[in-house]
Amino acid sequence: MSTVFIALQANEETRPIIDAIEIDNPQAIVNRQPAMVKIDAPGRLVVRRETIEEQLGRSYDLQELQINLITLSGNVDEDEDTLTLSWNE
Amino acid sequence: MQIDLRTVAIQPQRNAFDHLVRRFGDKPASRYQEGSYDIQAAENLHYRPTWDPEQQLYDAGITRIVMRDWYALKDPRQFYYSTYTVTRARQQDTTEANFAFVESRGLADRLAPELREAVLRLLVPLRHAAWGANQNNTFVCGYGFGTAFTQPCMYHAMDNLGIAQYLSRLGLMLGDVDALDAGKAAWLDGPAWQPLRRYVEDCMVVRDPFELFVAQNAALDGLLYPLVYERIVDGELSARGASAVAMLTQFMAEWFDETRKWMDAVLKTAAAESDHNREVLQGWMAHWSDRAAAALVPVVELVLGADADEAVAAQITAFKARIHKTGIPF
Repeated sequence: MSTVFIALQANEETRPIIDAIEIDNPQAIVNRQPAMVKIDAPGRLVVRRETIEEQLGRSYDLQELQINLITLSGNVDEDEDTLTLSWNE
Repeated sequence: MQIDLRTVAIQPQRNAFDHLVRRFGDKPASRYQEGSYDIQAAENLHYRPTWDPEQQLYDAGITRIVMRDWYALKDPRQFYYSTYTVTRARQQDTTEANFAFVESRGLADRLAPELREAVLRLLVPLRHAAWGANQNNTFVCGYGFGTAFTQPCMYHAMDNLGIAQYLSRLGLMLGDVDALDAGKAAWLDGPAWQPLRRYVEDCMVVRDPFELFVAQNAALDGLLYPLVYERIVDGELSARGASAVAMLTQFMAEWFDETRKWMDAVLKTAAAESDHNREVLQGWMAHWSDRAAAALVPVVELVLGADADEAVAAQITAFKARIHKTGIPF
C-alpha cells in the first residue's frame, strides 16, 4: 500500500493538530524532524476539525491548517469538517 | 568549490521536564503543560501562616472538594500567559473597533431616550457586580490549590475587571459621568439591586475557594450573563432598536460562551472524581443558584417588567440542563 503524508511546521500552533491526527489515525507514524513534523500513514490519513477543536479548546477553521502546512502527498478530499488524504488503488 | 547542504537532526537530550514526562510520557511538552503542571508549591512549607495557623500556606484542605490530583482540573482552552494575552488582545481590538464605530456614526445619540434610560439603568450598576467577581476570582486563585485550577481564575478575575471597564465606557458614552454616579447610587441604595449586591458581598466572605467558584462563576454568572446579554441586550433591546448597544457588549456574550466551557470542564472533572465531591457540588449548586435566581429577578424586571419571572424561569431550566451534563443533577 502506498503511503500518504502531511508535513507541518513544528510549533505551538501545530502541536494540537498533530495530537489530533495521532488520535484519528492510530496507524500513522509521526516523524519529528528539525522544525518540521512529517506524518506518514499507509493509504489514508484523515484530519478532523472536531478532534482538533477538542485538543485546542476553541473553535477551529480547517483552512487555518494552511498557515503551517509545508507539503502533503495523496489525493486531497477536503470539506469543512475533514481533510482526507488517500490514494486511489 | 562545491558546497553540499545537509540537514543534521540533533536529538535533544531530553524531550521535556521530568515531571511532565511522568505525567504525559516521553515526548515534547506544550507550553501550557510547562507553564501549568506541578508548579504549585506543595512541599517544604515549614511555617504555618500567622494569620491562620489552622492551615498550611498552600493547603488543598481549605475546600471540601477532595481531589487526588488537583491538576486534573485542566483548562480546555489551555490558557497560559501568552495564549491568554494574545486571545484577549485580539478581542480588545474588536471591541475598540466597535466602540469607534458606534461613536463615529453617532449611533449612541440616535437611541430613543427611554431606550437609553433602560440600558443605563440595567448595565451601569453591573460594573460593580463585575468588580465583585474580580475580587472573588482573585480569592479563588489565592486560596485554591493546583495551578491548572487557579491560573485560569486569575485570568477570569482580569476579564471581570475588563468587563467592568467596558461597562463604565458604555455608561460614559451614553450618559457621561452622571451615568456612573447614578449607577453607583443604584447599586448602593436602589431596591432592585440590593438582593444582587447582597449575593456578591456574601460571596466575598465565603472561605471555601471551590464553593466560591461555584457561587460566583457557575451559579451567578451562569444565570446573569445569558439573561442580561443574550435575553435582554441582544434580544429585547436590539429588537426595540438598540442594536448599537449589542455591539458594545459583544465581548461579554462571546466571553461567557468561551469561559463556560472551562467552567463545565472543571465541574465535570471534580464531580466525576468521587460521590463525595458530587454531593458537595450538588448542595452548593442548589443553594447558590436558587439565591442567584431570586437576586436576578428584580434586576431583569428593570427592563422586562412583568416578563421577568418567565425569563428567569426559562434561564434556570437551561442552566439546570447545562449543569446536569457535567454530572451534577440538582
